[in-house]
Amino acid sequence: MSETAERVKKIVVEHLGVEQEKVTEDASFIDDLGADSLDIVELVMAFEEEFGVEIPDDAAEKITTVKDAISYIDNNKG
Amino acid sequence: MRRVVVTGLGLVTPLGADVETAWANLIASKSGAGPITRFDASDQACRVACEVKPADHPWGFDPNKRVDHKVQRQVDPFIIYGIDAAGQALEDAGLTGMSETERLRAGLSIGAGIGGLPGIEHESIVLHEKGPRRVSPHFVHGRLINLISGQVSIKYGLMGPNHAVVTACSTGAHSIGDAARMIALGDADVMLAGGAEGAICPLGIAGFAQARALSTAFNDQPEKASRPYDRDRDGFVMGEGAGVVVLEEYERAKARSAKIYAELVGYGLSGDAYHVTAPHPEGSGAFRSMEMALKKSGLTLADIDYVNAHGTSTPLGDELELGAVRRLFGDQIGHISMSSTKSAIGHLLGGAGAVESIFCILAMRDQIVPPTLNLDNPSESCEGVDLVPLVAKKRQVRAVLNNSFGFGGTNASLIFKPAE
Repeated sequence: MSETAERVKKIVVEHLGVEQEKVTEDASFIDDLGADSLDIVELVMAFEEEFGVEIPDDAAEKITTVKDAISYIDNNKG
Repeated sequence: MRRVVVTGLGLVTPLGADVETAWANLIASKSGAGPITRFDASDQACRVACEVKPADHPWGFDPNKRVDHKVQRQVDPFIIYGIDAAGQALEDAGLTGMSETERLRAGLSIGAGIGGLPGIEHESIVLHEKGPRRVSPHFVHGRLINLISGQVSIKYGLMGPNHAVVTACSTGAHSIGDAARMIALGDADVMLAGGAEGAICPLGIAGFAQARALSTAFNDQPEKASRPYDRDRDGFVMGEGAGVVVLEEYERAKARSAKIYAELVGYGLSGDAYHVTAPHPEGSGAFRSMEMALKKSGLTLADIDYVNAHGTSTPLGDELELGAVRRLFGDQIGHISMSSTKSAIGHLLGGAGAVESIFCILAMRDQIVPPTLNLDNPSESCEGVDLVPLVAKKRQVRAVLNNSFGFGGTNASLIFKPAE
């Protein structure tokens, strides 16, 4: 697992209160991890803080799975 | 009007996070006060509070018992305390498994005096330091006062009236009184009613201290700071926690053979129309509130054995309440016991009236009245009134009166008696 993936998963576990095993790369925040739209806003904010990236709203809307988050961060972090 | 009884109790307090622990500690004259640990209070005029204790304390609170991890992260402490106390009350009443038809007629009236002050304080610092895009998306609904009622209704599927009172330190009593009326008038059959508070944060302590309401003379002896009716009292000690009761229509409770703790027979409300923080100099609002509750109850003064005083330990407030009680009871004053349990758990603000109503109900159940701690030297005006100094007292307790008075000059009184 990449370093980004590890840090993303840690944030997801902490914010959504889900078991670590459930946070696979294919897991959908809403369908598999019980998040609602506001939880995703909060997760995106946490990713921005953790990785020092800016995730604009239109990009945030496309982040629906753990993998989406990891790829966006890997492609955009400074 | 339909009769309303209490069939479930729930408490989160500085003396215990369940009903029996808190009550046992109260009767044993223990104090929930200590130095403030939530934040560095070294620059505050008041450095004592009655905090709800952490889970590893002998009478600590474990939020994981009844509150979802995600909810815990999103909401202020007062909501967490409220959800837990409501859950306790519903479990105690045996009503966690109600049918959909029953849940359509089960509602909530759980309020708070201040609401999410710690969260408001925190997020305003975030806004100032990091800008609006860093403010939590859960900021608003994690701080709103009606969100105990909201969260509990969602958790247990309760679809009846969804109400939340905000009347400062009278909130808990008004919440119970208003909810009882909803049942009496047929709007609901079951109501979870009460109040909560969790405002021990730098802004909350500084704000009340600047209003000259808090004790500042006992920072080195926190357990001595809350001393209602004592001549050395100098202000209240902030408490936190929640109290919630299950109110139920009497025939329904009887039909399901529920454990009935008490009947709510009297509810009085009044306004001082005088000053935002100071009580009326003749205690007229307090008097009229008690008088209305008594009239509604159909009882006489001779029937009331115990008064749980508002008694916050402020120099002026205690004196005026005592005067109003004296005026109401007249030559009957000698047979009552009156104590302030704020001496042990501090002032729970919006939670006070509900927590203290539960103490009143337990006093009837166990025929014992809780003590007023630290009442070493009663003020001169206390002569001839049994204020239950220092230790609990075994005695006959038939009907009980609970008083709550709040900023803005808002007063509420409740009278309970055993259901017959």
